[in-house]
Amino acid sequence: MASIASKRLAKELSEIKSEGCPVGILLLQADDFSRWIFSIEVLGDSLYQSEVHTLQFRFDPQYPISSPAVQFVVTDGKEAPIHPHVYSNGHICASILGNEWSPVLSVIAVCVTIQSMLASCKEKKRPLDDRMYVRNAPENPKKTQFEYHDDTV
Amino acid sequence: MSSDYEFSDEEGDDVFDDDDMGMQDSDGDGDDGMDMDDFKVAPKTTRKAYELEYDSLTQASIEKLMEKDVEHIRGIFGVDASTAGLLLRHMSWNKERLIEKYMDNANKMLVAAGAAVPEPEPTRPSRRPTRKAKSPPKSETFVCSICFDDAPDLTPLALDCTHAACTGCWSAYITSKIRDEAEHACRCMAEGCALVAPDAFVRAAVDDETYVRFQELLVRHFVACTPHLKFCPYPACTNTVSCPAAASKTSLTTVVPIVSCGARGMSSASAPAASMTQSQELVRQASGKEHKFCFGCIIDSDHRPVVCGVALLWLKKCRDDSETANWIKSNTKECGKCMSTIEKNGGCNHMTCKKCKHEFCWVCMGPWSEHGTAWYSCNRYDEKGGVDARDSQSKSRASLERYLHYYNRWANHEQSAKLALDLFAKTEKKMEEMQITSALTWIEVQFMKKAVEEVDKCRMTLKWTYAMAYYLAKGNQKDLFEDNQRDLERAVEDLSELLESPIEPENIPTLRQKVTDKTVYVQKRNTIVLEDTADGFLEGRWTWNVTVDGFDGPEEA
Repeated sequence: MASIASKRLAKELSEIKSEGCPVGILLLQADDFSRWIFSIEVLGDSLYQSEVHTLQFRFDPQYPISSPAVQFVVTDGKEAPIHPHVYSNGHICASILGNEWSPVLSVIAVCVTIQSMLASCKEKKRPLDDRMYVRNAPENPKKTQFEYHDDTV
Repeated sequence: MSSDYEFSDEEGDDVFDDDDMGMQDSDGDGDDGMDMDDFKVAPKTTRKAYELEYDSLTQASIEKLMEKDVEHIRGIFGVDASTAGLLLRHMSWNKERLIEKYMDNANKMLVAAGAAVPEPEPTRPSRRPTRKAKSPPKSETFVCSICFDDAPDLTPLALDCTHAACTGCWSAYITSKIRDEAEHACRCMAEGCALVAPDAFVRAAVDDETYVRFQELLVRHFVACTPHLKFCPYPACTNTVSCPAAASKTSLTTVVPIVSCGARGMSSASAPAASMTQSQELVRQASGKEHKFCFGCIIDSDHRPVVCGVALLWLKKCRDDSETANWIKSNTKECGKCMSTIEKNGGCNHMTCKKCKHEFCWVCMGPWSEHGTAWYSCNRYDEKGGVDARDSQSKSRASLERYLHYYNRWANHEQSAKLALDLFAKTEKKMEEMQITSALTWIEVQFMKKAVEEVDKCRMTLKWTYAMAYYLAKGNQKDLFEDNQRDLERAVEDLSELLESPIEPENIPTLRQKVTDKTVYVQKRNTIVLEDTADGFLEGRWTWNVTVDGFDGPEEA
């Protein structure tokens, strides 16, 4: 089934290359079908004006049946945006990356969702349990069982 | 020959009807003839107070039960079987609630169960989600929205919601749902679409092995939703036990629902029987034990006579406390004044309690002031101060000692039960020996095996009586209980000793008589303990010294 994943990612990549990314999103690196890097920026009026963050996607052979592992890059001086659903280690608590993932969604769809998640934020703060979570968090955010409770932000 | 020691009418379940793997209610009728002679089974007339009525069911019979429910709902709602199945699964097989809710708003129910597409126009309940592709406009080539493949030979496939994907993607998706997530409800792949793939669709999408797993998941879900059904916890066993008498939580304070699924041993352990020696066969039988477990709790062995609540309390206490308690007992002493537990890890005998600053001697536990100038050597063991201090210390140790008393006996019986396998093998040797040194036949030496099995069974009972006695509130009832326990224990130890005794050819007839008599006696004592305790629970006779779920709190003494 690995062929589905590579076929699908190849298609997504060629679409990105031919049609380009939505505004504020840039493909930085896609050397293989296991790890892609995007830069993401919220344009217009928001709390994150002129901040550029780096988003990393990791795919397993079951993609797109299983969701990609998505997180902000927090190494090499890069930082995760301060947001109630983003932990300081870059992990993101968003239902579409967990139980609401659907194979119909794509890499670009995820980018846009996260962009709008940032855009609609009203208060810049870390999640309440940030320190606790970061101390015990697994390396791969997909291994975390998130509770999705707040749909407003 | 056999009439002089028929002790079988004491016991309902005969140990020799191993062939009787199936239902519980079909009692051994001696079809394996030869070894039945000595131990005839009186037909089971009345159930003992400590036995419950239960039934063992195979996966096939559970599927029949499910079909019956589906058929029932199908008849009432006039929907097809597949839809009825989805509705029942959605409502956790609660027919009453389903009927109520469905009558209230059929369409809402169908949508919630994933059996129909939520559409503004009313969906007809009988509408069947087909696996026929709602083919997208034929003019343009179909592009699978999952793998983005657009090969012309691609077959689009969709549920009623028309969210099409290619067959390969559906198959990969449903297989991963079933195999990796153990999920029986496979929703449509499209985002936010809640339609569930009907069984026929699943069947077409996956291979045989995965479909078998799918059916197993459905059965598991059904069993989990039905309070009077429970899966056999033994590895690789697929049987289910039905025990309506123990279905409610409250019933667990009056009965101990020990059941058996009817199978024995491990399904995988199937060595060719012909190549087995007698001794190997005996070991196999011992390890191929009945799948006995408790219907009411998670203990997968017989914890009669004590009820689940108390048994679990005891197990938890043992897990938490026993090793710590042992360590405290052997490595610490208590300060004579404030009773803090102190570990001496070096230094002289002049101790100063960190907490209350009491100065005392580690050897005699008396106050240090009385030691005068006799530094570092204590010869004052009998002085009054020391005796008093040791007295009060022993009081604070009493509760620890009490616990260890029960725990050690409990652990002892558990250990002995673990050694039962060895005893089986040893007994087997003795039986062979007896056949050589005396005129007894193989059938006639079976009394040894029977005795060993009885000892094993009684040790199980004894083990748990210690857990029960630890929590029983002081009083006449407890005294009576402990009397019964003592009688059983004595009888069991006597019989054990007989079994271990060396065999002299000239003693065999006497030994045989003795063992047979003792076995009967032990059986009787065991029945008395089990029966009396079970009656006690039914009558609410037992009171505890701690709070146990479902019982009244401990009485204030």
